[in-house]
Amino acid sequence: MPSSLLWAVDVYGRVYSLSTAGQQWEHCRDAHLEFKRVTAVQQCCWSIACDHNIYLYVHASDVPIRYQEETYENQRWNPVDGFSDRLLPSDRWQWSDVTGLKHQPLGDFQLPSENWEWEADWYVDENFGGEPTEKGGWTYAIDFPATYTKDKKWNSCVRRRRWIRYRRYKAQDTWVKIPSEQTVSLPDPYNDITCGGWEITEEPRGCLALWAVSLQGKVWFRCGINHHNPEGSVWEEVSVPGEVVQISCGPGDLVWAVLWEGHLLVREGIGRDCLKGSSWVTVESPSPGVGAVHVAVGVNVVWAVTKDHKVWFRRGVNSHNPCGSGWIGMVGEMVMINVGLNDQVWGIGFEDRAVYFRQGVTASELSGKTWKVVSVPRDSERSHSSASASSLQSAGCFFGGEVRLQSQASVLSDADPDTERAGGEMVPTSEIGDAPKPRIPKVTSDSFISELVSDREGQISRRDVPPAGPSIPEEDHIEKEVEDRASPTQVLSPSQSGGVDPQWSNVDLEEAQTHHASGPGDAAETSSLSSVATYNLALEEPYGPDEHPKWAWVSGGGCLVECHTQLNWFNSSTSTALNSSMQAMSLSITPAQTAAWRKQIFEQLSERSKREMENFMHYEQAIEQSVWVKKGTMQWWRDWKPHKWADVQFALEQFSGAEGNKDGILFIYYTFNDEKKYLHVFINEVTILVPVLNDSKHTFAIYTAERTKQRWPIRLAAPTELEMHDWLALLSVSCCDSKGIQGPPSKQAIWSVTCKGDIFVSEPTKELEASPYPTPCDQMFWRQVGGHLRIIESNSLGVVWGIGYDHTAWVHTGGYGGGFFQGLASSTDNIYTQTDVKSVYIYENQRWNPVTGYTNRGLPTDRYMWSDASGLKECTKNNTKPPSPNWTWVSDWTIDYAVSGGTDREGWQYAADFPASYHGNKTLKDFVRRRRWARKCKLTTTGPWQEVPPIPLSDITILPCGPKSTVEQVPLWAISNKGDVLCRLGVTSLTPGGSSWLHVGTDQPFKSISIGAVHQVWAIAKDGSAFYRGSVSAQNVAGDCWYHIPSPTGQKLKQVSVGRTSVYTVDENGNLWYRHGVTPSYPQGSSWEHISNNVRKVSVGPLDQVWIIADKVQGSHSLSCGTVCRRLGVLPMEPKGHSWDYGIGGGWDHITVRGNAVEAPRIMMPFLTDNSSNQTAAGPLQTSNQPEMNGNPVGC
Amino acid sequence: MIMADDKDVLRDVWFGRIPACFTLSPEETTEREAEPYYLLLPRVSYLTLVTDKVKKHFLKVMKAEDVEEMWFEYEGTPLKWHYPIGVLFDLHASNTALPWNVTVRFKNFPERDLLHCTSNSVIEAHFMSCIKEADALKHKGQVINDMQKKDHKQLWMGLQNDKFDQFWAMNRKLMEYPTEEGGFRYIPFRIYQTMSDRPFIQKLFRPVSPEGHTLTLGDLLKELFPAAVCAEDEPKRFQVMIHGIEPLLETPIQWLSEHLSHPDNFLHISIIPAPSD
Repeated sequence: MPSSLLWAVDVYGRVYSLSTAGQQWEHCRDAHLEFKRVTAVQQCCWSIACDHNIYLYVHASDVPIRYQEETYENQRWNPVDGFSDRLLPSDRWQWSDVTGLKHQPLGDFQLPSENWEWEADWYVDENFGGEPTEKGGWTYAIDFPATYTKDKKWNSCVRRRRWIRYRRYKAQDTWVKIPSEQTVSLPDPYNDITCGGWEITEEPRGCLALWAVSLQGKVWFRCGINHHNPEGSVWEEVSVPGEVVQISCGPGDLVWAVLWEGHLLVREGIGRDCLKGSSWVTVESPSPGVGAVHVAVGVNVVWAVTKDHKVWFRRGVNSHNPCGSGWIGMVGEMVMINVGLNDQVWGIGFEDRAVYFRQGVTASELSGKTWKVVSVPRDSERSHSSASASSLQSAGCFFGGEVRLQSQASVLSDADPDTERAGGEMVPTSEIGDAPKPRIPKVTSDSFISELVSDREGQISRRDVPPAGPSIPEEDHIEKEVEDRASPTQVLSPSQSGGVDPQWSNVDLEEAQTHHASGPGDAAETSSLSSVATYNLALEEPYGPDEHPKWAWVSGGGCLVECHTQLNWFNSSTSTALNSSMQAMSLSITPAQTAAWRKQIFEQLSERSKREMENFMHYEQAIEQSVWVKKGTMQWWRDWKPHKWADVQFALEQFSGAEGNKDGILFIYYTFNDEKKYLHVFINEVTILVPVLNDSKHTFAIYTAERTKQRWPIRLAAPTELEMHDWLALLSVSCCDSKGIQGPPSKQAIWSVTCKGDIFVSEPTKELEASPYPTPCDQMFWRQVGGHLRIIESNSLGVVWGIGYDHTAWVHTGGYGGGFFQGLASSTDNIYTQTDVKSVYIYENQRWNPVTGYTNRGLPTDRYMWSDASGLKECTKNNTKPPSPNWTWVSDWTIDYAVSGGTDREGWQYAADFPASYHGNKTLKDFVRRRRWARKCKLTTTGPWQEVPPIPLSDITILPCGPKSTVEQVPLWAISNKGDVLCRLGVTSLTPGGSSWLHVGTDQPFKSISIGAVHQVWAIAKDGSAFYRGSVSAQNVAGDCWYHIPSPTGQKLKQVSVGRTSVYTVDENGNLWYRHGVTPSYPQGSSWEHISNNVRKVSVGPLDQVWIIADKVQGSHSLSCGTVCRRLGVLPMEPKGHSWDYGIGGGWDHITVRGNAVEAPRIMMPFLTDNSSNQTAAGPLQTSNQPEMNGNPVGC
Repeated sequence: MIMADDKDVLRDVWFGRIPACFTLSPEETTEREAEPYYLLLPRVSYLTLVTDKVKKHFLKVMKAEDVEEMWFEYEGTPLKWHYPIGVLFDLHASNTALPWNVTVRFKNFPERDLLHCTSNSVIEAHFMSCIKEADALKHKGQVINDMQKKDHKQLWMGLQNDKFDQFWAMNRKLMEYPTEEGGFRYIPFRIYQTMSDRPFIQKLFRPVSPEGHTLTLGDLLKELFPAAVCAEDEPKRFQVMIHGIEPLLETPIQWLSEHLSHPDNFLHISIIPAPSD
């Protein structure tokens, strides 16, 4: 799991962040001001500085924030000039937007703020709806506004072309000031800020709600914040029935605020069309007579703090009832509370001002169990910026008494004296921007070296500073500055700080204690004052140097803590320090694995075995091997009609085979007409064991080559999930033993994934790709590997990556097992927790009648009013369960607006009747409508996979290479889930995870990508057109430009795979296409040739072998969907092959053969193949209309 | 690059075999000449547990009255059946030609040197007491005590019948430890030497130093057998053998305990004089 950050501000206004993987607070050195509030979300952090301005810190990402500006150039034909910019008076502007209504010359485009920069100049877009246009990019029409075509016709009187230019947001990993627009009235400084709302809508991407409160108690909402506009556009005032002192906004539609007099306000009417909401409802303070001073909301929770520091939890809060039902008093006294991701809770203790984490908060127990103090040290680096910031702080100071103290303090600082004298003035932003930015290694970067560095720093700091010592480094810079003033020429080094006269602090300590007793009390009485940084420099030192840090504010809105997250925040002992540094390094490879001692042991053991056993294998074994039997009861899906579950006895007999390897036989004892019978399977003939979890039974399927031909596996159901896993693990070990397979998958392995996300791997034999007599692919043996993935890609150097259903990227650690494989069937040191999230969809169907309009009363012939997509199965919100017991719900049912065909504002799609094609707006001919509801569920499992944060992906490809080739840096390309093309840097066989992404610009989002053996990169854009990337090589990893390749006529392409030389694509209608005319000098090729239909996916390997997932394959007993097939007859001169060979299925979703570079032996003795299986010679894929349950046990 | 997994070490250790040639001692009275008997002995098992066939073979040529309890010697040294076979071999016969020539005796049982072994239940009792002692060191005995009788039986049967999977399905529980502690409480180990009358050295030794450093085989030897750790320029005086191999001194002792322990959960370390060639 990637680490995320908890943000906090200490009482001196310094901003720190604490990583979920870290063990120390990292000072945010980029902050040149002191801050009083921070509110973090995953991608950025907003804050109020002590100058009362709002600042934004956007985390840097490998994928830049870039925005495409577009404008159209319009021309009309006249007999004299031909096409020219002389338009008719009634025409549109020469330069306009797409509608023609807005005048948009190139020169009018301005950067929205100084934090943006242009990427390049304007250029003409030569792609028109997936088709390349002529040079110049003109599209033609009879008149404005009209339908444009790329071909010029006799009646084309007007033409236009699209110009595009990109601008890029450059202010990342730095605080930038958000300019205040209130120039007219007196500036009303901000007092509180809260950010959230990212779960309300997906459109526009990265949409956020930002609420702010001014010192006068007014509430402001920042409009227009989204991914492409991180700063937002404008502040809008939201009227409030009172004076607000604090506000909190959750990830969803919860917004609560606290009024001056201690009541609470709840915002209602927040939705995807109205992030701002519509009205306020008042909720009484939890405690009569003691008003609330603070509120914090999450997705389904509200916490509050009253003036007496008591903590309250609001019962019954959810999206439908944002006000909840009642207050529960909690243990603990806090000054503030913050709710982060997953409704996790942090607070700052009243007594000790320490940050507390609420332990045990789960979906079922939202109030958690206990407060646990976060006790980690702060980094020891001194902050020079903080010194100058102390003077800036005085500029924004608002309260009389403190101004005096602070300006006194600022004299002590070594900042520019002019700035100091300017106390009371706003400090220009430019100064802040120009201030030096110290560069330090960041813990959040995925370079593990920098993590090591920062780790070491932490240890040093702990060692150097004994806890009871006279000064802790966080505090001593103030004393240091005092010294500095006394002898200005003295240059301070860290070592000198240890020599500070302890008297300084001792004297001040007494003073402090008196203040400590009264200070926080005052602050609480005047709640709005308490929110300002009330601690000023003069009072800082008193906080005894041996005290732990005092915190003022904490924000967990970007901090992801899950039930399996291991936090090392609670004590900082050495053993945990060791652990975290180990974790940090493990992404590439565990150093222990490469250690010489380990290598030595492996080598010596094999030498020893050779020495002591090789010449003596004819000796008798001292211990005779015996038969070992395991029995159990199960249910079996009967082979004959009527098919039903029958009770059977199940037994596995294991014994040693002739050559010392283990073998076994599986017996299924059943009764038929009162007669006892049995069915048996030789373990060495089993080709795969597939778990088939559904909500009613714990079943699995056993295939042999014969059963694969029949498309009819043996299906068994175990009484419990545990028993099923025990059996599967045992049978799997037994099968692997019989085939002599153990340990991790080889580099050549073929990987596949079922539609349930289960991962299988097969070791290719030399004969698998032999010609003309390859091993039939129904004889391949597949074993399961733990984890849950949607896509997996590999190459023959052992680099294997996967993508989960939630688009998380994973890299194979080189291990095996995980999931239900335990003990010997699993490696130990490279198995990690893996989670995945997917949505379950149900449909609400309605029919129109003239009296009541649309109702949920359908015709008797209609589908269920709540159904699955087909309408055949009733699926209500209550009876729909997660796909299997491994999944748990993690959200409530929500309307899904992202349905193809579009929806209206309430998510409805309309049609003339069921079943039909649906569209998003109601017409007179529509009598039925439906809308889709989605609910997210989550799976937690284990497997040999490690997450590659932070960018979610939708496709990956790794350079396929020959068996002996050595590639220093392995080219790996990917498509982000937003369609960005990315190139991974630093991928080697030792560091398969690589180091960082390089963004490769495109004019539109992409969806599929593949790289061939000689760096030929092909990609498919979202609009279904193909692109070839020019000039990619080992030296120029990202290439230089995209060449648009026209798709096969009338088809939108979906996926591409490039092998050694062959290029294959699949279109949205399931056709497989081969690219003709590809030569080294003309790598783009010339035309597409149709190869097959009914194809879902293609994988072309380093030998140009072609494997697909076929949609439908007819077996002798049944039909299967999602079947692994291999192209037969592929030869260097015949890259298209001639027919299909059918392997495992149905229910398969993905396969990659790109690791298999094992060439068959040159000279082959022709041997007899099983000619009775006429499938091997079958032509195009046959289809049938009689799908039976058993054909697709895995389900599609 | 995918290296061999640590699991493979467990297999290699378990399936280690020593080719042995059993010959009857000339001191024994026989009816006719006895052919030698050749057998592959599992390194991790016990002599008396795997030599039923040897006994049967030689009994064929002997009169019943000449037969007492069977025992073994190598070059005049009685072989202690309660040490694992691999330890006996490493200790007495490393660097000699294979097969290992073991002399079979049926008379003059050396009461001073050997324990009696009248049945397999004696071996089982010895084996289980070793496992319990090891777990007492590793987990204060909590893991082995939490196991049921049948689990104990599974460990023993696994060893007796050479069932790797059966044994390790249970034994892996004995090899667990809390991650935050970085290893077992104490490492169960025994150091054997041929040059001394002491049976073996055994002391309390933790896998992690108080400062949190991972301790190695070298650290262990420095404390308990400093002579085995020679300076770089010195000639090597001793070989430190575990399962017939010489692990590097920087090998973490915790890893060794997890992977190179015998089924009795002890790390048996043999220290023998280095061959002077």
